[in-house]
Amino acid sequence: MTQATQHSSRPGAGSSEPLLSVRDLRVTFQRQGEEEFHAVDGVSFDVRPGQTVGLVGESGCGKSVTSLAIMGLLPGRGNRVSGSAIFDGEDLLTLSPSAMRDRRGSEIAMIFQDPLSSLNPVISIGRQVTEVMERHQGLSRKQATPKAADLLERVGIPDPKARLLNYPHQLSGGMRQRALIAMALACNPRLLIADEPTTALDVTIQAQILALLKELVVDTGTALVMITHDLGVVAGLCDEVNVLYGGKVVERGGRHGLFRDPRHPYTVGLLNSIPRLDAARGDKLSPVPGSVADNLPWTAACAFAPRCSNAIDPCTAETPQWEGDQVVGFRCFNPMGGTR
Amino acid sequence: MLRFVVRRILQMCLVAFVLSMLIFVWLRSLPGGPVSAILGERQTPARRAALEAALGLDQPLHVQYLRFLERASQGKFGVSTKVLPGEDALQVFLDRLPATVELSLLALFLAIALGIPLGYMAARRHGSAVDTGAVIFSLVGVAVPVFFLAFLLKYFFAVEWNLLPVSGRQTTGLDATRVTGMFVLDGILTREWDASWDAFKHLILPAVALASIPFAVIFRITRASVLDVLDEDYVRTAEAKGLTARVVRGRHVLRNAMLPVVTTIGLQVGGLLAGAVLTESVFSYRGIGDALATAFREKDYAVLQVLILMGAVIFVLVNLLVDIAYALIDPRIRTR
Repeated sequence: MTQATQHSSRPGAGSSEPLLSVRDLRVTFQRQGEEEFHAVDGVSFDVRPGQTVGLVGESGCGKSVTSLAIMGLLPGRGNRVSGSAIFDGEDLLTLSPSAMRDRRGSEIAMIFQDPLSSLNPVISIGRQVTEVMERHQGLSRKQATPKAADLLERVGIPDPKARLLNYPHQLSGGMRQRALIAMALACNPRLLIADEPTTALDVTIQAQILALLKELVVDTGTALVMITHDLGVVAGLCDEVNVLYGGKVVERGGRHGLFRDPRHPYTVGLLNSIPRLDAARGDKLSPVPGSVADNLPWTAACAFAPRCSNAIDPCTAETPQWEGDQVVGFRCFNPMGGTR
Repeated sequence: MLRFVVRRILQMCLVAFVLSMLIFVWLRSLPGGPVSAILGERQTPARRAALEAALGLDQPLHVQYLRFLERASQGKFGVSTKVLPGEDALQVFLDRLPATVELSLLALFLAIALGIPLGYMAARRHGSAVDTGAVIFSLVGVAVPVFFLAFLLKYFFAVEWNLLPVSGRQTTGLDATRVTGMFVLDGILTREWDASWDAFKHLILPAVALASIPFAVIFRITRASVLDVLDEDYVRTAEAKGLTARVVRGRHVLRNAMLPVVTTIGLQVGGLLAGAVLTESVFSYRGIGDALATAFREKDYAVLQVLILMGAVIFVLVNLLVDIAYALIDPRIRTR
């Protein structure tokens, strides 16, 4: 990357070369005796230095699989990955497993959903932080320990020196997530992928963790891919949003544009299912009807058509094509609104 | 941690006490009894009554038990009638203990050294030919009765192919110095290498026979446990940190996967004591198992009582060590 100087100028969308450029990513799961399942079906998006990009959708839309594929963390057997994920000029999908190990934890780090199960129960917090630095920065455990204490302090853990000796079960949920974030930040990664980092936490803690992530992204210029089902999180954090449905990006836009003028009926459905403080008393929430189990195959239809209030004839006969570019666009025959 | 250990030791004392009571009552409810055993064919009602009075067997059971406790606390467990006539029963146990310890340690070592790596490999290659083969092998290990396996080993390796000694602990007539009573160790301590090697050769077949069941159990538990742990989120976290395969395997997978295995190993010690009765009998290996079999056959009640009681105490003691090891591995136990 030559745009290191731009790290400070957030959000910087469009103003610099992408740090990560995912193109036509496909992940197919194949179990013996079962039909192939396209978990990710041609996803493309860019992440620029210092930018926060959201991948949004309900369970099963392929957002977590996308992140695991980029990280090279999908289970070894029973899946097929194609497409490309260019990070800093190299395609992560074709790197050797050992080259990928060198980048994971140092250049690309990841934060997971459930902080308790994501921490090793029998190893102290300190050890779990220092082992990343020992691995990637060639530090000894002794050299890494004071740095680990600094990290814990930076993510807002009080009395960090004492906490280093603690085990995960001795920390609260929020503290555990902070510790996981500290581990992810240990080697100053250029790209951070956060997979539902607040889902398992109380609402008040959620807000704290989001504020912390935002602060860290601004301070360090780290690019952040935020995976969530919660549009509230997106509104507070993301510069750009990709809405995923059935393994495809169905709508993309800047945060403001997307919230003001959503085009895809699914995006509208997601927005309508958020409770609003300014709603009139007695107004009902309108969730998206049905479930992902109703999906049609993308090959000759819009997967969302059976659940869509706006569906017209072509929706169940043809695959909707992408209308737009790498910054803004949608995939729909009969979009809503249209003032954007 | 100290509090944990002290609490476990106190619990252990209680368990040993209850066990002593159960064993005492059980032995006295067996048909026959020491009076018949001693008098044999010469018994008459008058002689029975006289001997019962002399041995205190005419007293109520709880009085007998209290007397037993009192004498046991002084280290007196009665005198052997048949196994080592005239000898103190506790002495029989102490004489035979090193042999069985030596045999059990080698068997346990074999079971662990084979079971854990094989279990890990099978889990890593879940569903492969290696996995299936190892599972079938371990099933055979559990399914074949120990005494039958012992006979097979003896027949082929000792009799047919003449590779290893048929029975005993050391070649008779071999001049060896005794230190601990564990012959292999004694040879090493006194630098009598030939004696040590000879004793080791005698150990191999009984140890393999004895190891078969613990091996199979440790293998199965390791395999299942590793399979569970591989699916854990924290293993994915470790991979996401880019840690080397070795660190992920050792620090994150194996250490967690070992928790149920450690418990299993403790429980297997009970199985080893039971298996020793069969194996030692087949190989005429003079250990506790052999003494126990003889004591049963010959109705040597004092020896029977002390061997069963000590066996139970050893089992409880080993599981105390297991609990401590468990606490060392798992901070959730230690820091509670």
